[in-house]
This record gives sequence, C-alpha cells and structure tokens, in this order.
Amino acid sequence: MKRFGLVLAVALGLYWLSLSGYYDNVMILTLGVISIFLVLGLCARMKILDEETVPYLNIPKSLAYYTWLFKEIVKANVQVVRAVLSPDLEVSPTMVKIPSTPKSDIGKTMFANSITLTPGTVSVVMSEDEILVHALLEEMSAAEDFAKMAEQSAWAVGELDLPKVEGEP
Amino acid sequence: MIVSLILTTAADAAHGQALSSMDIGALIRNGLSIICLASGLFFVLAGTLGVLRLPDFYTRLHAAGMTDTLGAEMILLGLIIQSGFTLLSLKILLVAFFLLMTSPTATHAVANAAYQAGLKPLLGKYKAPSAEDIGQNNSGKG
Repeated sequence: MKRFGLVLAVALGLYWLSLSGYYDNVMILTLGVISIFLVLGLCARMKILDEETVPYLNIPKSLAYYTWLFKEIVKANVQVVRAVLSPDLEVSPTMVKIPSTPKSDIGKTMFANSITLTPGTVSVVMSEDEILVHALLEEMSAAEDFAKMAEQSAWAVGELDLPKVEGEP
Repeated sequence: MIVSLILTTAADAAHGQALSSMDIGALIRNGLSIICLASGLFFVLAGTLGVLRLPDFYTRLHAAGMTDTLGAEMILLGLIIQSGFTLLSLKILLVAFFLLMTSPTATHAVANAAYQAGLKPLLGKYKAPSAEDIGQNNSGKG
C-alpha cells in the first residue's frame, strides 16, 4: 500500500508537470504539490490504493501489448473499410459467447476493451466468466483469435508470467 | 488544412535558394504528417459512410468505432509529427491514450444499454438491396 502511494505520487507529479509547463513559478508548483497530497489523502481514506487505481507498474508490458493491439486494430480496420465501401455491402452480423479467461477485474476490463477497440467486434454483455460479442463479419468471430487476445491482455496486466514474445504472428 | 500545409512547405522550399538540410527535414516531417492526416480523414470518411449505409444499430456501432480508433489516432499522430518534439506533442499523446481508453468504454455502454432494452440484433447474411430491387419495390407499391 505504501509502495502504491509512492508510485501514485510520482505518476501524478509527472502528469502535473507535463500538463502545466510552468517550472519556475513557485506558487503554481506549491499548488501542484498540495493537490497531489490532497489526492493521495483521498485515495488512502477511500482505501483504493491498489493495483486498479495505480496500474503504472505494468507500463512496459502495457506498451508492448498496445503495440501488438495496434497492429490488430489496423488489420481489422482494413477489413471493415473493405466491407463498408464494397458496392453490395456484404456483411454477416454474428453474436458469439466467448470465455473470458483473465482472472482479475482489470484483466477482464482490458480484454473487453480490446475487443471493442478492434473495429468489427463489440463486447455487448459481460458476465463473470464470459463475454457476449457482436461481430460485423462472421470470420471475425473465430474463437482462437479471441483466446489469443485474452492471453495477451492477461499478460499485459501481469497475470501470466510466461516469457511471451510480442508481435509474433 | 492539408492544402495550406503543402503550400507552406512549398513556400519554405522556394524561399531558400538551395535546399539546406533543415528544409529537407521539414519537408519530410510535413510529408509524413500529411500522409497521417489524410489516412485519418479517409478512415473518418469511411466510418461516416458506414454509419449511413449499414442496416441496423449494432452494425452501425462498428463503423462508428472505426472513426474512434484509427481515424482519430492517425489524425493525432499527424499532429504529433507536425509539432515535433515539444510539450504539446506529449499532451497530444496523452489525448490519444485517453481516447484509446475511453472510447471503447463508451461504445460498450451504448451497446449494452441497447441490448438490455431488448433491441434485437439483425443476424445472418445481409446484402444491400440492388437498384433493380428498389425499382421493383417502388413499382409494386405504385
């Protein structure tokens, strides 16, 4: 808990500095420090200083995950653009239930967010262990693609420890 | 906007008698950012066309999602390249990141609300009616 508080203070400080852009005005800097302590105090009082509020320790993994996800997004975008701009507009909307394998809440959120972020698939209903997904094209609802994405998002939030090679096909 | 960028680049190049290395750098930077902006605009346009053409609510969500992800992100990437290595770029990067976090959440909220309210999705194969079909329907009605 103390470690999360420290990490949150550093992250908030960096965030404040990058948004403000004034480094020589003492009054503004003091106000920034005061507001950081205010936020820390509120978080400690609400007892939410945990992995979910402070996900900054996983940033390297998350960055690797987002580069992988961006490639998927580009691929899916090309598919959707092709379907939408084709003259006879051939689409095959499908609803599938897929298992949501990440265990923690933040892992599940990451997985459902990634599904929605890839164009052509939207997560409609989330329950404890499965997600109802609406897909624009039938070939986008393949179970193994979702399984791979679930594994990657579980890895990104630090659930799986197996050394994964990012960006592999 | 893109046209004016090209014009300023051309004007910059015309002012210097010989192209120094800085001009070439600016030219490359402008070129890259114009490519990014143009592809972002293309995806926004395709997304808008999709919203207009697709048959039902859920399929239209996908087209709208396209504008959110690659459309907006490419435009922001173009702006980052344009502004160079500055504090402004960092702020645009933060905007891009927050967009990546919040837009799927909003899409999911809308889709979930529609599903809970009992809106049935159109499933199975769908094809846009051809011009002849529409003509027949009209003549049948008339």
